[in-house]
Order: sequence, then C-alpha cells, then structure tokens
Amino acid sequence: MPGSIQSVERAAAILQLVAEYPAQLGLTDITETLDLAKPTTHGLLKTLCEVGFVEQLAAGGKYTIGAGLNRLGQVRLDPNELRSHSVNWTDSLAARSGFAVLVAAFPLDQPGPPEIVHHVFRPDDSDQRLLTGRQIPEHATALGKILLAGSPMLAHRGSDALEVFTPATIASARVLARELVIVRKQGWAASIDEFCIGVTELAAPIRGAGGRVVAAIGLSGRTDRVTDAKAHPKSLLVRQVAETARAISRDLGTARR
Amino acid sequence: MTDDSRFVLAIDQGTTSTRAIVFDQSGRMVAVRQHEHRQHFPYPGWVEHDAVEIWHNLQQLVPAALEDADVTVGQIAAVGIANQRETTVVWDRHTGKPIHRAIVWQDTRTAGLVERLATDPRAAEVSRRCGLPLATYFSASRLSWLLDHVRGARERAEAGDLLFGTMETWLIWNLTGGAHVTDVTNASRDMLMNIRTLQWDPLLLDFFNIPAAILPEIRPSLEVYGLCRTLIPGVPIAAALGDQQAALFGQTCFEAGEAKCTYGTGSFLLLNTGAEPVYSTHGLISTVAYQRAGEPPTYALEGSIAVTGSLVQWLRDGLGLISSAPEIETLARTVSDNGGCYVVPAFAGLFAPHWRSEARGVIAGLTSYVNKGHLARAVLEATGWQTREVLDAMNADSGLPLRALRVDGGMTANNLLMQFLADILDTPVVRPMMAETVSLGAAYAAGLSVGFWPDLAALRRNWHRAAEWLPDMDPAVREREYENWRFAVTRTFGWIRDGKPDAG
Repeated sequence: MPGSIQSVERAAAILQLVAEYPAQLGLTDITETLDLAKPTTHGLLKTLCEVGFVEQLAAGGKYTIGAGLNRLGQVRLDPNELRSHSVNWTDSLAARSGFAVLVAAFPLDQPGPPEIVHHVFRPDDSDQRLLTGRQIPEHATALGKILLAGSPMLAHRGSDALEVFTPATIASARVLARELVIVRKQGWAASIDEFCIGVTELAAPIRGAGGRVVAAIGLSGRTDRVTDAKAHPKSLLVRQVAETARAISRDLGTARR
Repeated sequence: MTDDSRFVLAIDQGTTSTRAIVFDQSGRMVAVRQHEHRQHFPYPGWVEHDAVEIWHNLQQLVPAALEDADVTVGQIAAVGIANQRETTVVWDRHTGKPIHRAIVWQDTRTAGLVERLATDPRAAEVSRRCGLPLATYFSASRLSWLLDHVRGARERAEAGDLLFGTMETWLIWNLTGGAHVTDVTNASRDMLMNIRTLQWDPLLLDFFNIPAAILPEIRPSLEVYGLCRTLIPGVPIAAALGDQQAALFGQTCFEAGEAKCTYGTGSFLLLNTGAEPVYSTHGLISTVAYQRAGEPPTYALEGSIAVTGSLVQWLRDGLGLISSAPEIETLARTVSDNGGCYVVPAFAGLFAPHWRSEARGVIAGLTSYVNKGHLARAVLEATGWQTREVLDAMNADSGLPLRALRVDGGMTANNLLMQFLADILDTPVVRPMMAETVSLGAAYAAGLSVGFWPDLAALRRNWHRAAEWLPDMDPAVREREYENWRFAVTRTFGWIRDGKPDAG
C-alpha cells in the first residue's frame, strides 16, 4: 500500500480553508496558513479552479468554493440520454441472447428506488408490456444490486429488515452487504428467483466518464433457461451482458467529450 | 437451419455518410463501418456531393467491414444497395469521371425552372404519368440543369458519351465495371418514368428535354444486376432500393395496408398499397415500393414531413433550452401537458399533405402560463400531429385502415413521443428489434434475390418487436387537441407575401 498522496492532502486542506473563510483569503493568506511554497499553492489552486471546485473572485483576488463542489453527487446521467445511447446495444443483446433486456438507474432529481429507463422485449413476439418507468426493489433485483454496489453511500442505507418477495429474497442488510462485495469484485450481479419465483436476472454496470456507475443493464428470463444444471448463471450470458455494459460505457465515455 | 458461414453485405449510401454492414442469416448485424462525406454548399440552397469521394469511401469501408466481421469475400452471398434518393450524378462513359459534383435531393437551384415548367399545359399529365407533383425534389429538373449548365454536356449526352444515374446507378456502374442500370424504386423518383409501365416515358423526357441516350436501364429492385469486378470480386449485386423503400422492406411491410415511419431529421411515412398505384388527391406521392424479378411491382404511398428531429435540434441549438436531443423528454416530463401551446414547424413551408410553400412556422396559444417544459412538449407533439395528418391523408387516398404503425429511426428512443403517437393515432406503435431498417432492407432484398433466404415468410420470422406502445388517451381529448393543432396550422398560411424573401 502506498502512503497518502501529499498533493491530494494539500488540495483537501485548501478546500477546507476556503470553505471555512469564503471570499476572505488570497494566495498569500493560503500559502502562509498552510506553510507551503507559493508556487505549490498557486499550482494547486489553479487546478482546483480548473475542475470547478474553487473560484477566484477576480484576477489576483480572493478565493471561494466553486459551483462544481455543490454539484457533486448530482451529476447523474439523464435517463433519456442513457436510453438513446443504449438502444442499439440492448437490441443486439436481446437478439443474441433471446431474453428481454432492461436498463435501470436511480431517478434523476429525487431520492427513491431505481427505475427502469429502457426495456427491449424478449424476441419471441409474445404478448409483453413495456416496463419503462416502473420502480424496482434495489435489494431483490440484479439491476438494483449493481446500482447499490456502485453507490457506496446508498449501500449502507436503510434498516436491517428488507422487504421479502420470495423465499430467495435477501432479507437482511448484512447479507446484502456481503453480496455487494462479491458483486463489486466479479463485476456482475444475479438475482435468482429473488423477486419473482422462476425468473432470473443478470446485470452489469454501465459506467460514465471517470468510471462511476451511472446505470445497470441486464437481461431477464426463465430461471431454467438463464441458469445451468448447477443453478449457476450461464457463463455465456454473463459474458454477453458484461460486454454490452462495456460497449454502452464506451459509447457514453466518448459521447461525453 | 441457418447457415452460419454465409453473410449478406448491405451498402447504405446516405445523405451524410456511407455505410457497409454485414448481416448474418438471422438478420443480425455482425459488423458496421461508416464514413461521412463532405457536404458542399456553393450558394444558398445549393447542396452537392462528390460522387468520386463517395466511391473512394466505399472502397475503404467494405474491406474494413469484412475484416471486423472476420468474413472473407467468398462468404458473402450477395450485396444489396440502399441509397439516398433523387441525388443526381452525370459522368463520362469513357473516363468514368463525373462532369459535375452530384446535385443532392435537398438542392433547390431548379426552383425557377420548375416554376416555368408548371405553366406548361402538359404539367398535369406529367404528374399523372409519373405519380409525383412537379417539384425541385426529384431528379429530372436537376439532370436538365446539368445538361444546360455544364459546357458541352447536352451535345455529349446526345452523342451517347454521358451517363446519368442516382447513387445506386453510380455505385453499380463502378462495382461491375460498366453496368448502367437503375432500380425501379429509384427510377420512380426521377420524374421520367411512367409509374404504370415502369419504362422511361417519351412525354416526360420531352417535357424535361432529356436525351434518352443518357438514361440507365430500369430494372427490378430484386435482381442480380451483375457480379462485382472489383472490391468484392465475384459477389453478385442482387438488389437496390431507395433508402425509404429499403426501410419499408426491412420492416417487412410486404402486405397492402402495412406502413412504416422513419423518424430522423425529417420523417418519411410509406404505406404499402399493393399491386396498384394509388393516385393521391391529398398531396401524397405514388411510388414503387419494390419489384422482384419476373413479378409485377408493389406500390406505396409516401408522405414526407420536412421538420421533425430538426425541430428538436432547433430547441437545442437555436434556443439552447436543452444540451442534447434526448434531454427534450426530460424537459417535457416536467409538465403534464402542452399548456395550450402548439408549435407548427413550417420552417420552409409545409410538405404533405398541405404543400404550402408560402407558410412559415408559428408558436400558437402562447400565454404567460407556458414555460419551457410546455414548449418541449409542443415540439414533440408537432412530430405526432404531422404524422397523424399524413396518415389521415393516406387513409383517405387508399381506403386502407392502418392496423399498426411500424417505426424506426433515432427518435424512436423517445418514449414520450412514441406513447403520444399511439395515443393520437389510436393504433399500436411498434418498434422492431433491428433499428437499422434501411440497411437491413437492402440486405433482405439481396439475400432473397439469390436464395440466401427462401421467401418473404422467412424474412418475417426474423422480424421481432422490441417495444410496443398502446393507445391510452380519452377520445374527447384526442379530438380537441387535433382540432387545436389544425387551427394552429392555418395560422402558418400566407406568411410569405408577394414572393418577398424571408428575412429583412
């Protein structure tokens, strides 16, 4: 393990100082308070300004906290934007796998359970209804687990008792936390009979710029078709889901400059 | 059983780019390569492409697509072409060099010529024979312009030294090393072909003053035109279709009464009308949907809507209300209705079914209550209502009631719009799993033509619903809103007075 990184520590100290005394400190004040070399302070402030965490009120003037810090935590992807980037890849996954495909994300502007933002029918022309806009339980679905695993703050929220849908539903926060560790490590999630008996879902994370999980994509089908003889998810399907998730992530990465 | 080792190549020569796409026998896309070409705007209203640049692009795209798909030339059963329609190329038979840049379908340089021709007593008969209204949109006036404005062109054309074609003709000529053919769907947009006989019509040639020697041979859309001599040597070129007809084919609308709408910058609605052309009295175009070798043609009615996706782009680039096109749905969902506001985007007049070139756009019903969310909703609804107007006209012309509308194109990712369409059309709206219907149509046609697929039924089995939106609107609301829309449309009429220019 490397030690702590000095420049990040110093940048954090500058942020704390500027937040405590907004619009009151100039370059010299900050340099002297933190006992740094002036070029170092200047370089750090310049970078913090560039990423939008700090603003300088006038050239050579005082510093204050930038708008970029206030927006932290709200930089979720517009679900409709997400759908339009996903549509070709999800169609292809449905066609190749033969299963229905779903994309889910946390709602944009209010806290709440994840919502389905895109749904591609199972390609057998049977009677199916669009699930777009529907809320899903985050602990009982593969899509939800991916979203929880990618949101460290949310992973710890809630009481210990979770709503139970079937005998296979994860019922306690402790068990869920252990499951999320596995999900993060393997890069995909499954929910086998956990929301609906006889239905298995597989999901993988869609990542935005910088690698943050912005959404989950998965397929959903009959448990006996999605899992193998040992009741494990079929590895071919897991691979197809993961590949699709990576393709959409790449698409988002390039689309967002 | 499907054959995993054989594929079909589709070439989609579009307005902004050319694409090469490899499909497997299940109709799934295996590889796609795309290359944009330059848009030349020498004067206001003029739009040109360099046909040689497009051919060079294709020469790079095809090997790259085959490599991506890990497929050899020997595994390609056939190649099919879908192309931007009405774009006009003239080249020298001996050197293969175009005498001028291609004049693109959007180009309006022949407006004066078309206006003069409209006063000719034969004009009504011309429209009846070709099934098209007299407009700059079609190829004939452009070909005539080229012959009159390129030095020596008319003499060389009459001597048989020049060749005319739309993009599929140009590509087939280059691929085969000299076959000069056009498919019947493309030819149906030239304004020179008789829509019943499917032959060049002497009256039409005389009307536009076109020498017959320059014209390609009209051939069915599904037929082997020849083998490629270059690029993919030995592979049969087995189909060509205009892009919108290809989309109709890719959506497997093979029966009379089946329709598709492609939602892009503008939108194109085509309705299969079966074995007989329907002459529209409501401002629609009669066109050939497709023709298989040795069989009679299948016809279609076509209604084009000039401004749909481009209205969303205007909200983004012109007004800055959204930062990306998909965000319009997010903005529109901040309100529950249009707040009484209607946007009629007659930016360059109104197309089908109104055909009012003097109309200009309006935002109607503005009150201080209307906010940007309402405006976003009104912008999306404008695409819905324009579709409704064209469908109503088709219904009146053909007497064929629509059972479901098949949709494709970028705007089908907009859920709010798709639900609104189902609501106001009062019919299910269906998106197929394979969204690339233009290239798929070209692939299907080519594959069918060489027996890669046995019949139309096999193609239908490849078609799957990816999503379906069902009508869910109070009929009274639907009627009231439609009435408001139609009232707003009348507000656009007559804006351009005495031929005065738009601005200043």
